[in-house]
Amino acid sequence: MILMALGLLGIGYGFLTAPKDIHEVELMLASESHGGHGEVKHDASEVAGESHAAAESHEEVKHEVAETAGESHAAMESHEEVKHEVTETAGESHVAKEGHADAKEASEHNEHLTHVLHQLQNKPWAALYVACIFFLLVTMGVLAFYAIQQVASAGWSPVLFRVMQGITAYLPWGSVIFFVILVLCGLHFNHLFIWLDPEVVAHDKLIAGKSGYLNFPFWIVRAGIFLIGWNVYRYYAAKNCLAQDESNDDSFYKKNFNISAMFLVFFIVSESIMSWDWILSIDPHWFSTLFGWYVFASFFVSGITTICMVTLYLKSKGYLEYVNTSHIHDLAKFMFGFSVFWTYLWFSQFMLVWYANIPEEITYFITRIQLYNLPFFGAVVMNFLFPILILINTDFKRISWVLVMAGTVILAGHYIDFFNMIMPGTVGDRWFIGVSEIASVLFFLGLFIFTVFTALTKAPLLPKRNPFIEESKHFHY
Amino acid sequence: MSNKVIYAIYNDDDILMDAVKKTRAAHHHIEEVFSPFPVHGLDKAMGLAPTRLAICAFLYGCVGISVATAMMNFIMIQDWPQDIGGKPSFSYIENMPAFVPIMFEMTVFFAAHLMVVTFYMRSKLWPFKEAENPDVRTTDDHFLMEVSVNNNEEELVSFLNTTGAVEVKVIEKH
Repeated sequence: MILMALGLLGIGYGFLTAPKDIHEVELMLASESHGGHGEVKHDASEVAGESHAAAESHEEVKHEVAETAGESHAAMESHEEVKHEVTETAGESHVAKEGHADAKEASEHNEHLTHVLHQLQNKPWAALYVACIFFLLVTMGVLAFYAIQQVASAGWSPVLFRVMQGITAYLPWGSVIFFVILVLCGLHFNHLFIWLDPEVVAHDKLIAGKSGYLNFPFWIVRAGIFLIGWNVYRYYAAKNCLAQDESNDDSFYKKNFNISAMFLVFFIVSESIMSWDWILSIDPHWFSTLFGWYVFASFFVSGITTICMVTLYLKSKGYLEYVNTSHIHDLAKFMFGFSVFWTYLWFSQFMLVWYANIPEEITYFITRIQLYNLPFFGAVVMNFLFPILILINTDFKRISWVLVMAGTVILAGHYIDFFNMIMPGTVGDRWFIGVSEIASVLFFLGLFIFTVFTALTKAPLLPKRNPFIEESKHFHY
Repeated sequence: MSNKVIYAIYNDDDILMDAVKKTRAAHHHIEEVFSPFPVHGLDKAMGLAPTRLAICAFLYGCVGISVATAMMNFIMIQDWPQDIGGKPSFSYIENMPAFVPIMFEMTVFFAAHLMVVTFYMRSKLWPFKEAENPDVRTTDDHFLMEVSVNNNEEELVSFLNTTGAVEVKVIEKH
């Protein structure tokens, strides 16, 4: 509750401090240049969220150049003729300082201000969006894990089923809030998705070519179908599990087995489309075939970590009689394994693009490495290096405080991972983990904790007639 | 002084486990247990120290990644930094993504192989090594517990007979 109140206040503050118009931005930039690095910032921000800038306010020609920005030698060659465009985009600040043509400077300046204004206005929205999608997908990670455990007839996890069901009780709340945010995007309350802006689409051939897929009605209907599908599964899975407690045979168990299997098929399809729709389309000029899996790995490991932390908390309060260190150890192994899996996908995606260095793909990573250096590589440290060194030890995987610490780092790391995916396309170099970001996280964390622990009081924490419950109670590794 | 041991032979792993526990409770020293397959929990019942093979493997992995890094840093960056397809070979970190597959494989290679060799050395296994099984049936369907004798032969034999052994033999060892 406190977290929610604090978070709400912070979100409100974030929206109030977002600049309203161009003049405010001009003032802000002016005051920044007094600080001495305004000039550099100015140039850098031109390069900022290239795809964003290119699509939103630049003409087609410039946009082409922006795509090739990564190749500095190409920029060098054409530097005489298209000096101006190059200065806009190539990221070579020394050229930029020399090269501004006087006549164009005024309009350039205005264009730049519009661009920065959009980035700053996006900031509280993007902060809200990142936090919302993060908690929503963490819940989905738990739900996917739950379905997998059912289908795999896991003998160790039934004592944890009620914990998982409790966590997924956040799903309906998270879905509604998330859906509202998506609708608000569609109603042009913000510029999170530039392809939702008809003016951008009109001037951007690349986005226009994708408008058969990226158009608001289709997009919002897809989102609705996915969210409803996930919620329906969660509702019936929990309901059948409770009905199984009271029944005389295993029919509800079998029913759950079947719907879990069907859900997993639906989930893997909806998950990859979801990742294109909600995350990849932030950068509509970029594409990656690995992206769906990458997003999946990120929230799946967060989901397992959440299960582990909630379990540890309930266990420490003495609510989980049959959960022993072997169950915890298994969860920790999953945390470890999927952290490595995430890293594998992260690296595969990065390395393939880096190695080939194709201009229209590499811009994505250039933006991130140049402007988001610390979050970009920090996420790898937090999500890979830290867990691999901590959780490799069998004894550590049974110690509560080690797991809580590792889990906190993993969750924070995956928040930053989502931050990295969304922020560069929305606020560009104007990123900062400040009031609106922290407040958004706090708000959703508060809502998450409130719904989860309310839901945990509504059902007994131990399923009664699960066919594997006896095995699970005596599970020992 | 004679070195006598007793071979108590069992034909079921549950009985063997009970026998091991009883023998330990009666403070007789178990020299060795021979079994045709891994019996879950036997090491715990015998009170054997946990293996440190995993720690070895971790250290070997560290060696592997060091070798890979040192090798590629010398060859690709220090010794002859060519421009191969525009890859930046000015420093190791700049071209690191290209080296990661090799670093990974070398780590796994060193960790796996050196750990296996360690295992062979520690358990004294090699080709042409003379087999050490005291009774051929232990490789098929019998379990054998070897207990040392300290001038208490009769007592020990009768004790082992109570633990469900199908056969108890006293053997002179050299």
